[in-house]
Amino acid sequence: MTKQTKTMNLNFGPQHPAAHGVLRLILELDGEVVERADPHIGLLHRGTEKLIETKTYTQAIPYFDRLDYVAPMNQEHAFALAVEKLLKIDVPRRAQYIRVIFCEIGRILSHLLNVTTQALDVGALTPSLWGFEEREKLMVFYERVSGSRLHANYFRPGGVHIDMPTGLAEDIDKFCDDFPKVINNLEDLLTDNRIFKQRNVDIGKVSLKEALDFGFSGVMLRGSGRPWDLRKSQPYDGYERFDFDIPVGKNGDCYDRYLCRIEEMKESLKIIKQAIREIPSGPVMTSNPRVGPPKRSEMKQSMESLINHFKLYTEGYHVPAGEIYVPVEAPKGEFGVYLISDGSNKPYRCKIRAPGFAHLQSMDYLIKGHMLADVPAVLGSMDIVFGEVDR
Amino acid sequence: MDIINIIFYDTLKIFALITPVLITVALIVWLDRRVWGLVQLRRGPNVVGPFGLFQSLADALKFIFKEVIIPAGANKIIFILAPIVTMSLALLAWAVIPFSETLFVSNINVGILYLFAVSSLGVYGIIMAGWASNSKYPFLGALRSAAQMVSYEVSIGFIIVTVLLCVGSLNLVDIVLAQKNVWFAIPLFPMFVIFFISSLAETNRPPFDLPEAEAELVAGYQTEYSGMMYALFWLGEYANILLMCAMGSILFLGGWLSPINIAPFNLIPEPIWLIIKILFLFLIFALIKAIVPRYRYDQLMRLGWKVFLPVSLVWVILTSGFLLYFDLLPT
Repeated sequence: MTKQTKTMNLNFGPQHPAAHGVLRLILELDGEVVERADPHIGLLHRGTEKLIETKTYTQAIPYFDRLDYVAPMNQEHAFALAVEKLLKIDVPRRAQYIRVIFCEIGRILSHLLNVTTQALDVGALTPSLWGFEEREKLMVFYERVSGSRLHANYFRPGGVHIDMPTGLAEDIDKFCDDFPKVINNLEDLLTDNRIFKQRNVDIGKVSLKEALDFGFSGVMLRGSGRPWDLRKSQPYDGYERFDFDIPVGKNGDCYDRYLCRIEEMKESLKIIKQAIREIPSGPVMTSNPRVGPPKRSEMKQSMESLINHFKLYTEGYHVPAGEIYVPVEAPKGEFGVYLISDGSNKPYRCKIRAPGFAHLQSMDYLIKGHMLADVPAVLGSMDIVFGEVDR
Repeated sequence: MDIINIIFYDTLKIFALITPVLITVALIVWLDRRVWGLVQLRRGPNVVGPFGLFQSLADALKFIFKEVIIPAGANKIIFILAPIVTMSLALLAWAVIPFSETLFVSNINVGILYLFAVSSLGVYGIIMAGWASNSKYPFLGALRSAAQMVSYEVSIGFIIVTVLLCVGSLNLVDIVLAQKNVWFAIPLFPMFVIFFISSLAETNRPPFDLPEAEAELVAGYQTEYSGMMYALFWLGEYANILLMCAMGSILFLGGWLSPINIAPFNLIPEPIWLIIKILFLFLIFALIKAIVPRYRYDQLMRLGWKVFLPVSLVWVILTSGFLLYFDLLPT
């Protein structure tokens, strides 16, 4: 005799409070057990890649802020590096340090949001409020350096837009001294909390082999035990100069990923502190007049500088024909930009490799057999941001 | 004329009880949000009235003027009935709560059973809401809540049995008076803890707020409700919380009795003591809400059936054995 059971289809999103954006997840439920999860994406598709093809290289940067809007500068970084490689120009030391500082700030921004929303997804509301208090401080750093809290548009091919204002480095340093206390508070609430552990340990487990097969990167891969970090394995912008560790998980479940993120925040603080201690003085933009804009003072004196400035900000610069793929270690994983230039002032093609996209495809695998309540927990630990998944 | 007199007198008595209860509900909603806000480094409601005390009244006013939306596929009668049932059951139970040896609406000699019965009926409001909404999220929420309330009621039942063994009466006044020498919270401390946790589950408070878990079920059984009908659920829920706190104080914290029977303490009127105890328990409710994550459905059931039930069962046997052996059974 066969047992006849009927499954129930449940539309999880796109307006569900725990869907982390506009994910439409179609769940097939047997009671509360999830039989199948079918993520539908595309509700936040804005055609970023196509839009970039019609913009000059300078104008393309703001689009990268809007991909993973939780850590905007990390995305800009990938694009800036790709264009620099095609242009074959060097970046001044100081600019590299500033970039590293703000990339790590972006990492803390992202991990802080993710760790606390993961707690939110399993029902603990307080950590997110505590976390947002700190995120606000970090966003003020963003604002002080770029004029905008979120969509910074600060990194440029060839360096960064302008130097840090005086006093910012000291304030960031002070933040790094205070922040471990906040992490400790968060850990007090979550790390050893029995309920939090029951909700996360052995949930959404992924073995190393599967993680590699799915194309995971970042914490999703490190949580399963592979110490793979592009900052170590193929350092860019002087990451080899800094001393930091790669936290690695063991079981590849939601809890390990949470722990990895907490540890990574501490490592990021280490990097920021080193960078602030060792930051050299000097220019923050390449001296190559084809790419870097002329100084204000020069423009008042020299006609050629004025013309150069005008050309740079209207026509932009021409990038030699060629193609390149440059990945960076964004907070969510390997964020890559595949850029094809045909020698003109606009990219011929700009393919963006977003880590969240690769992670989301494993939703069905991760959630099968778990309960409905685990869906937000798994989703939270994957660190999905729809800006980058849909592009 | 006599009957009219009785009806009039009783109605007055009921009003004299219901009005303070409803006002207290409004105030504890404010307290809850305030505590929550303080834990989360926020201010909480602080604009309407002194310290934001009138926030709940402002909210109620808003709810009254909101349109009540009834979904097209809903079963209209049950849909409307559900919040009414929840709210009225939550208030009904207050009839037997004694505020002092003489101050109560009715003193029935099976008071605790009445209390237990009425609070068990509370699940019907939720099931009706979930069923009548004709929508998947409320339905799942209602199913969860039914399972949850049933499983925790069993252990609450055993806890009450333990207390009754020590008292020898089902009358709530007798239960309080039996604690003249020592509050039951001290000899029956494990039972008090289990009772407290079970009452969290009974009232769907975190970490047991699965029926309305917003992370997975949006708002659970309340998803389709709006306006005053939603507010009724909300009021009913808080009235229930208050009721469980009152039950906790009467069963374990000596009801209206002052902690020490000496000058400054026993001068405070007896009902005030009960209110202080209720508020104290509620404060713990509010703090717990602020710091714990939520259990998963199966974990909640495991806790109820595999931990609380055996522990309370063993404790019933221990207590009765102890009382029998030392010949302490109340007559």
